[in-house]
Amino acid sequence: MADVLLKGIKKSYGSVDVIKGVDIDIKDGEFVVFVGPSGCGKSTLLRMIAGLEDITGGSLKIGGTVVNEVPASKRGIAMVFQSYAIFPHMTVRENVAFGLTIAGASKAEKDEKVQAAARILQMEHLLDRRPSQLSGGQRQRVAIGRAIVRQPEVFLFDEPLSNLDAALRLDMRIEIGKLHKSLGATMVYVTHDQVEAMTLADKIVVLKDGYVQQVGTPMDLYHRPESLFVAGFIGAPSMNFMDVDVVSRDSDSAKVRSAHVAEFAAPTWREGVPGSGRATLGIRPQDLHPVDKGGLLVGNVTLAERLGIETVVDVALSDGKRILVSLAEDRVFEPGQPIQLTFDPERAHLFAPDNTSVAA
Amino acid sequence: MALVTPDNHGLRLWTRYAVLLLVAVIFIFPLLFMAMSSLKPDQQLLSDTNSLRAFLPVGDISFQNYSDAFDRAPIGVFVMNSVLITGATVLLTLFVCSLAAFSFVFLDWAGRGLIFSVLLATLIVPYESIFIPMLLMVSQLPWIGFEGLEWGWLNTYRVQIIPFIADGLTIFLFVQYFKDLPRELIEASRVEGASWWMIYRRVVMPLSGPVIATAAILKFLFMYNQYLWPLMVVQAEEIRPVMVGLGYFTDQLNVPWGEVMAYLTIITIPVLAFYLSLQRMFIASVASTGVKG
Repeated sequence: MADVLLKGIKKSYGSVDVIKGVDIDIKDGEFVVFVGPSGCGKSTLLRMIAGLEDITGGSLKIGGTVVNEVPASKRGIAMVFQSYAIFPHMTVRENVAFGLTIAGASKAEKDEKVQAAARILQMEHLLDRRPSQLSGGQRQRVAIGRAIVRQPEVFLFDEPLSNLDAALRLDMRIEIGKLHKSLGATMVYVTHDQVEAMTLADKIVVLKDGYVQQVGTPMDLYHRPESLFVAGFIGAPSMNFMDVDVVSRDSDSAKVRSAHVAEFAAPTWREGVPGSGRATLGIRPQDLHPVDKGGLLVGNVTLAERLGIETVVDVALSDGKRILVSLAEDRVFEPGQPIQLTFDPERAHLFAPDNTSVAA
Repeated sequence: MALVTPDNHGLRLWTRYAVLLLVAVIFIFPLLFMAMSSLKPDQQLLSDTNSLRAFLPVGDISFQNYSDAFDRAPIGVFVMNSVLITGATVLLTLFVCSLAAFSFVFLDWAGRGLIFSVLLATLIVPYESIFIPMLLMVSQLPWIGFEGLEWGWLNTYRVQIIPFIADGLTIFLFVQYFKDLPRELIEASRVEGASWWMIYRRVVMPLSGPVIATAAILKFLFMYNQYLWPLMVVQAEEIRPVMVGLGYFTDQLNVPWGEVMAYLTIITIPVLAFYLSLQRMFIASVASTGVKG
């Protein structure tokens, strides 16, 4: 097993910079998830770790050794692709043993390792089938099996569950989580699905436009997002944002208000929040609760989505600004119904008005 | 919007079959004419051509033409030569051109775009226009054979095989097919430690059945139908291919049409057998690469 250290990593295609200087420290045995919107560079970064893309600048260390120029097969990594990338002309057994066959392993060794991997992934009964006879989930197991038998120092997953339906995705997510616990290997996982990120990761790296926006544990990112981008990206439904005026501030809080937010004191641990003028207030939909009177926000229900375990309410504030409220209960709201909302001021997020995302 | 009812669905199906049947008949009639004519004496053969009898086994039917054709020319030798020359060229073409295409698609080297463009440009040059310079070239090329160094390639099998191995069209077919192979399969192989040669042999080629079949059929037909080039470079009877052998059946005064038809029927058999054995994969490839055969 090994740690992975990215220092000042850059990637350019001609004059287009895709990765613009990334520093990430992935500890031995850690499960790190790269998330970000499409085009943020997360897959490119993973492919650079894998050795499938050249590194334009910076240094990449795996297990303490600089591997910038080391070919993919010598980096001690195994990769699982979104499209499974299993060979259609080979049986499951041949697919799983492919790397060993290439390395010239004996039949006994191959059999032993393939059986062991098949046992872990509960696919012993599938070994003599062809990929065309397998379901999507089974194919992804084969791809993971192929990674396991190589006993790599680092597992790389490139959106491995994106092609699966929702139920299978949940199953495989749990499988991958278990696999990490049982193998204790370093794993780097790319996804755009934040539920996968939040549930699997020891550490999440949020990327945007080729820059790292924030690195932290899932709960760090959820409760203490450093930027508007991370606050909006992590959590579903997205955090509500409103412009507010800062009335006054002391060392750890600021009194704010606006046309549709009654005055209250918000915590100010984040850098850059001004002592006066404009700021941006963020409140997660789950932190808003309807009250009969004395609410900090007043508006009208425009739409309510009842999901059984949860009700998501779309509320229009007095100036037309729309916010979402997520209630962990099944509750009926009528469109047009007046609603007052309150929240715990300690759970409010106050951002400097120009705090959008990290950029050079 | 037109509704598809069981009735008009059936009608459309029948129409489609009728059109396909018509096309099949158009294509099969010449073959039928050839096979039926090979069984008839010349006089009947010629008189039947103005009626449908030309396509039917009627009248004075016998295998006499076949017997006469075998007496007139060493047909077995010609067929064996053609099968040998064509088979060797097809196998070598598949190997060389697929390797070239692999390099164009999967390897990263400077100038490959330019070289591929030049290669494509060669498709518009007809072989007939370069046969004279080629003839001059092969007549002077040295060759290291089993007996040591010798000069000139004329009157050999190799002169009928080697100039046709590297072929722009076949490379193009492979390039188009390889481009459609999932990139991740190649990347997964690289991560697993496979060399480029292993990726070619164990991953890419086993997945290329349809394009191999297509390229093989097209090359087979081209080589089997070779006439001008072997006529120019081969004088010895024992290494002549079938098309040159057709010359045994014509002279200035008289053409024995029945024997010609018998000869043509015999030399068509290897082509049909080869095509039919690869037909399914050929159709799959033409359908998937969008390349017309």
